[in-house]
Amino acid sequence: MRVPGYWRNMPFLYRLAGWKCVHCGAFHNYKPVVCKRCRSREFAQIELPASGRLIAYTTVRSPPKEFAQVAPYAIGLIELDDGTRIISQLTDFREDELRDGARVEAVFRRIRVNGDQGIIEYGYKFRPALRRS
Amino acid sequence: MAGVYVAGVGFTKIAEHWDRDLEHLMVEAANKAMEDAGVSSVNAIYVGCALSEPLQDQMNLGALMAECAGLVGAPALRMEAAEASGAAALYAGFCDVASGRSEAVLVVGGEKLSDGLSDEVSSGMMMMSGRSWYEGFMGADFYALNALLYRLYSKRYGEEGIPFFPVISHEHAEGVPHAQYPFKISLDRVLESPFIADPLRMLEVSGIGDGAAAVILVNEDLARRLSSPKARIYISSATDYVNPFDREDPLRLQSVLLAVNKVLEQAGVSRSEINMIELHDATSILAALCLESGGFSPPGEAGKLAMKGEFGLNGRLPCNTFGGLKARGHPFGATALYQVAEIYLQLAERAGKNQLDNPRVGLTLSLSGVGAAAFASLLKKE
Repeated sequence: MRVPGYWRNMPFLYRLAGWKCVHCGAFHNYKPVVCKRCRSREFAQIELPASGRLIAYTTVRSPPKEFAQVAPYAIGLIELDDGTRIISQLTDFREDELRDGARVEAVFRRIRVNGDQGIIEYGYKFRPALRRS
Repeated sequence: MAGVYVAGVGFTKIAEHWDRDLEHLMVEAANKAMEDAGVSSVNAIYVGCALSEPLQDQMNLGALMAECAGLVGAPALRMEAAEASGAAALYAGFCDVASGRSEAVLVVGGEKLSDGLSDEVSSGMMMMSGRSWYEGFMGADFYALNALLYRLYSKRYGEEGIPFFPVISHEHAEGVPHAQYPFKISLDRVLESPFIADPLRMLEVSGIGDGAAAVILVNEDLARRLSSPKARIYISSATDYVNPFDREDPLRLQSVLLAVNKVLEQAGVSRSEINMIELHDATSILAALCLESGGFSPPGEAGKLAMKGEFGLNGRLPCNTFGGLKARGHPFGATALYQVAEIYLQLAERAGKNQLDNPRVGLTLSLSGVGAAAFASLLKKE
């Protein structure tokens, strides 16, 4: 991804902001022109909840070249507290904490150093949530 | 819609062809297909290729192919639909002949993955399976998305039999001259292979190879005049949300169901009349999801049916009769055309030791990404 593309998608990558269709409720993590489900053109900008639970996970061991420096790394499918499902890198996990249903919370982290110019790209990752009392 | 026929096929062995350029592999396949069909010219060329930009620094494959194949003058277009690019070219070629515009077209697909390092190929596959700024940005590559699906599948149904799909493909590839991995592997070997992205094991995913395959499509008039065996062909396609977890049920590939339903309707054929399927077994879990989503196995049962032998050469519904993506090989832009060529060989009784007993109808399934697009083609013996 080139720098302008990264810049355009900062609302989602930096703070889990996106657009919800006013008519059918479908969430878009990009600024849509028409709703991907109902073709409506009315949206409300929202911020997704920054916590949820892990519903599936894996560890990438044979990474694409952009991630050679950080491999192996864990990827999770997370169901946020409002039911939205998103994909994220997982961080600060011990292996025994990677399990179904683990409570997780979003953190802002460095994702990668990209391209010949070495642009440092940031975004969200998810880590284990501290146990609630 | 006017009838469209496969009149000849050609392909290269899938291997690491260090000494050959992408376009030369495609010319070999194209020449073989034209000789097989007995045609010396075509009205148009459709080229399928996914990754020539990142791996060969090459675009404009249509004109390049026309020149290399000695067919300068013919219109030539390159189609791209990620791993299903060959199917996309087939779809375009089919529409050209079905519309009455062309009498004969050459559909050729090729991919030369060994020109890239394995992390460059993974990177290319990431471009094909998600959006660059989302799944790609997170490093959620093709294998990671498959692994997440595999986990959801195992939670709902258990993983029994899923790792058996590579065993079937390798068994069928044994001794196949064009297959990249023409040997058997045991279930234990699959299970003991290291994780590429847990729970997905190294031997549950297709390898990296180079190859090209071609098909000649002709109209009814020309089909009658040519002496080669003919198969009537139909093709359909459908799309789904690119990210499988944006779909209502990630374990149901709606694109596969829609494409299969449409092609069956087009051909006037029912599921029970299908004698064989070429599955998109880029991963074991996708093989199972193709069968279940296409209505050829109840949900959660494909692995168990595989273990019972239902998809073997002597089973109820033979699959991947020359080894599928896993063992024959998966050079993306060529893959769907290998599938069509293999069904054609079965219908023409030219399948050698892998010949099924008098097959009449065969189906191919080709996916882009994790089912973002699906193409289903159906061949019927004439």
